[in-house]
Amino acid sequence: MTAVSSPSDANTKPLVQARNVHKSFDQLEVLKGIDLDIMPGEVVAVLGPSGSGKSTFLRCINHLEDIQQGYIEVDGEQIGYRVKNDRLEKLSQNGIARQRRKIGMVFQQFNLYPHMTVLQNIIEAPVGVHRESRKDAIENAKRLLERVGLSEKANAYPRQLSGGQQQRVAIARALAIKPKLMLFDEPTSALDPELVGEVLATMRDLAKQGLTMIVVTHEISFAREAADRVVFMDGGVIVEQGKPQDVIGNPQHPRTQAFLSRFL
Amino acid sequence: MSTSTKNKAAPSGAADFRDVTTAHTPFRTGSFVLRVAIAVIVIDFAWIVAKNENFGWPIVARYFLDPTVLSGLYVSLGLTVIAMILGVALGLVIAIARMSDDRLASSFASLFIWFFRGTPLLVQLIVWYNLSTLFPQLSIAIPFGPTLASWDTNSVITPMIAAIVGLALNEAAYMAEIIRGGLISVDRGQAETAQAFGMTKGRALWRIIIPQAMRSIVPPTGNQLISMIKATSIVSVIAMADLLYSVQSIYNRTFEIIPMLMVAVIWYLLITSVLNIGQSYIEAYYGRSDRRNGATAAKPAAAIEEVSH
Repeated sequence: MTAVSSPSDANTKPLVQARNVHKSFDQLEVLKGIDLDIMPGEVVAVLGPSGSGKSTFLRCINHLEDIQQGYIEVDGEQIGYRVKNDRLEKLSQNGIARQRRKIGMVFQQFNLYPHMTVLQNIIEAPVGVHRESRKDAIENAKRLLERVGLSEKANAYPRQLSGGQQQRVAIARALAIKPKLMLFDEPTSALDPELVGEVLATMRDLAKQGLTMIVVTHEISFAREAADRVVFMDGGVIVEQGKPQDVIGNPQHPRTQAFLSRFL
Repeated sequence: MSTSTKNKAAPSGAADFRDVTTAHTPFRTGSFVLRVAIAVIVIDFAWIVAKNENFGWPIVARYFLDPTVLSGLYVSLGLTVIAMILGVALGLVIAIARMSDDRLASSFASLFIWFFRGTPLLVQLIVWYNLSTLFPQLSIAIPFGPTLASWDTNSVITPMIAAIVGLALNEAAYMAEIIRGGLISVDRGQAETAQAFGMTKGRALWRIIIPQAMRSIVPPTGNQLISMIKATSIVSVIAMADLLYSVQSIYNRTFEIIPMLMVAVIWYLLITSVLNIGQSYIEAYYGRSDRRNGATAAKPAAAIEEVSH
């Protein structure tokens, strides 16, 4: 594995640090020791075949999945645990909920709240969890909707939107909590091919604005153009990582080569 | 045959492409005869019922708004409302306990449901009514320690309290299963999303899961409410003066059994009809995010979009 220089200066502390992360579902070990640092402002694309553990790793970062071994830290806090009297103890559900509040997430299936309008979807967490005033939250939501190009859909219900529009709303909803880190779990995999472009365009826009993003994706072109670093996973380990032009343009590992050859 | 169809399908025979808007519905004799026959039977039956003096319709009319009947009606309605509210609230708690990861909570919930669904309501009511034979005194005490306060069971468990407790606990067991079914029906991704946004479990349930579960909870709950109204007639066995008990008390005096039962039947039907209307409004409310129902609300936005293109 090659050390990768971050886009920000060398003295800043990584926003995400993962060390020797292991995760099993019953007998099946899906993560077999992941080490990864992500610097503030960095956009990391995680590529790999299905079943490589890339989505699971993403879900471990905000503790939607617990890990059996290792260490994950986001913004200086160990996720899911705390140290008390020099002993590591599991956090309560509410403690974990509090840690998640600085991490935005976008899901493959969008997961908008179907009983709420677009605007209500976006202000739900800011008002209900972050205790923002309703007025501020609505103003911010309208700005975000403008940014993703859906201002006129504020009062529509998710069912009335196309898949691409729903995913752009989901991105706006995740941005509304002003996250320090954004996780994208295959955000375009459930979309019709002609709708993928609009979502990727929105994500490229975010990448340019310096948001720290981890994107699990099958979109090689997005990884090449928008990512600062590409991480290739297979069989529960990171096989290769580096600058997009190196990993995608000139892959060293045979498994990376085999995977990428299918997209040429 | 084949040649003629070929000719019709040919472009030159365009006149043969008959637009469906020109179609008419032919007269269907069999269907018409059947409808007439059914109508005759229904009218005849209605005539027989109306003409039969044993139904005593004038007596029904005389006692329909009788003060005894009305006070019985209030008791039935009051019992229904209180027992239903308590049943739904307790049912929600038990449903959540049943789905909890905590083994103690889920086994307690299962035990509760098993017991109260597994024994007849009539038996439960009689046991509550006769609680004093089991426990003559009710007290608040430290377990295995001193007693802090104590009451005579018969002064606490009045027929009214026995009826409310019996109906509510029984209802809670059924509602718990209905609510659990509703909660399970909500897409797993919704709870996960609420979690990912840092919501506490309580908030996720209240804001995200329950509103979506309501769509599958409301119809069977309407069923339960109607069952409950009729179940209140069982409390007449523990001397609660509900609607059935009050018409019984009148016909025990006047021996006009069928007319007085007709009074009760008509009241029960009136109440359930009103509830059916209420239920359809509630269902419409929770179904508002459907494309079908939301289409009118979305139209202006869609129109604006088209103009801006």
